[in-house]
Amino acid sequence: MKKLMIILLAFMSAKAFSIGTLEFETDAQRLQFQVLTEELRCPKCQNQNIADSNAPIAKDLRNEVHRMILEGNNEEQVVNFMVERYGNFVVYRPKFDTSTYLLWLGPALISVLGLIIVVMTARKKRASNSENEIELSKDEKNQLNNILSEDEKK
Amino acid sequence: MKRSLLFLPLLLVAAFLLVLLWSLDNDPTKLESARIDDPVPAFSLPSLQDPTKLLSQEDIKGKVSLLNVWATWCPSCRVEHPYLLKIAREYGVPVIGLNYKDDRQAAKQWLVKLDNPYLFNIFDEKGRLGLDLGVYGAPETYIVDRQGIVRYRHVGVIDDRVWKTIIEPRVKQYSNEG
Repeated sequence: MKKLMIILLAFMSAKAFSIGTLEFETDAQRLQFQVLTEELRCPKCQNQNIADSNAPIAKDLRNEVHRMILEGNNEEQVVNFMVERYGNFVVYRPKFDTSTYLLWLGPALISVLGLIIVVMTARKKRASNSENEIELSKDEKNQLNNILSEDEKK
Repeated sequence: MKRSLLFLPLLLVAAFLLVLLWSLDNDPTKLESARIDDPVPAFSLPSLQDPTKLLSQEDIKGKVSLLNVWATWCPSCRVEHPYLLKIAREYGVPVIGLNYKDDRQAAKQWLVKLDNPYLFNIFDEKGRLGLDLGVYGAPETYIVDRQGIVRYRHVGVIDDRVWKTIIEPRVKQYSNEG
């Protein structure tokens, strides 16, 4: 347990270090900063957010976010500022518009399409199965029962 | 089931392969600029050579030109440099420098040592204009048209192939526009 605590503390201090020397007036601002820098994607090192990345551009963007928060901008304004300059690429959850609707709706559309195909195939199979079913005559049924019961006796 | 439907999986696989083939040429680290078809952002920054001279977006208008983002700390910029000289001198396309987050002395020395392809250089020490343009790594080159509108951005070194296949055709096209 103690070990775990130490490891956790080490991680937390690493996180604090990445924010570095940036000062905030209120805790709300600090929180806002943390949320925003984790939501914004670094344009240079593409699979990191700007909170994680050590790239100079990520540092610049962190400073910019910091400046904008201190100036009293809300989250939407900061995100719009970044998108205006770096495109939808910098946000992990881009706005829903004409260029991103496929991204947002694609998974749902494909799921629905898959479901429709599954249902249709299942129905078809059931329909063709019932067509192929041949009714046995009374004699045939007796014959079948005889064979089955003989089997059981053995 | 219709026989022709049996070919559907084959078609799907073929389409998928085409997408993969297309992706081979599609470098995900090269982002399309968000500034395409926007005017060059307003700025007021000193010239690299003459700190007392202020430059603005108005200075980039008039002719189709290349706005080249460079810095002395950028190794690829050194690779690109001889080709910029060629573009400016042999091909006659004006190249404007955006000296990005650099040291003024070092940048001036670089231009003396390696020769100067630039019509003039904007000294963007804090990277303010770079940020407004959406620069995320030098070298970057923007094609700006006569009206001062950003038309295209190339990220990375300009070499013979890039010039012939990407930059030159566009410069010609934009020059022919009214």
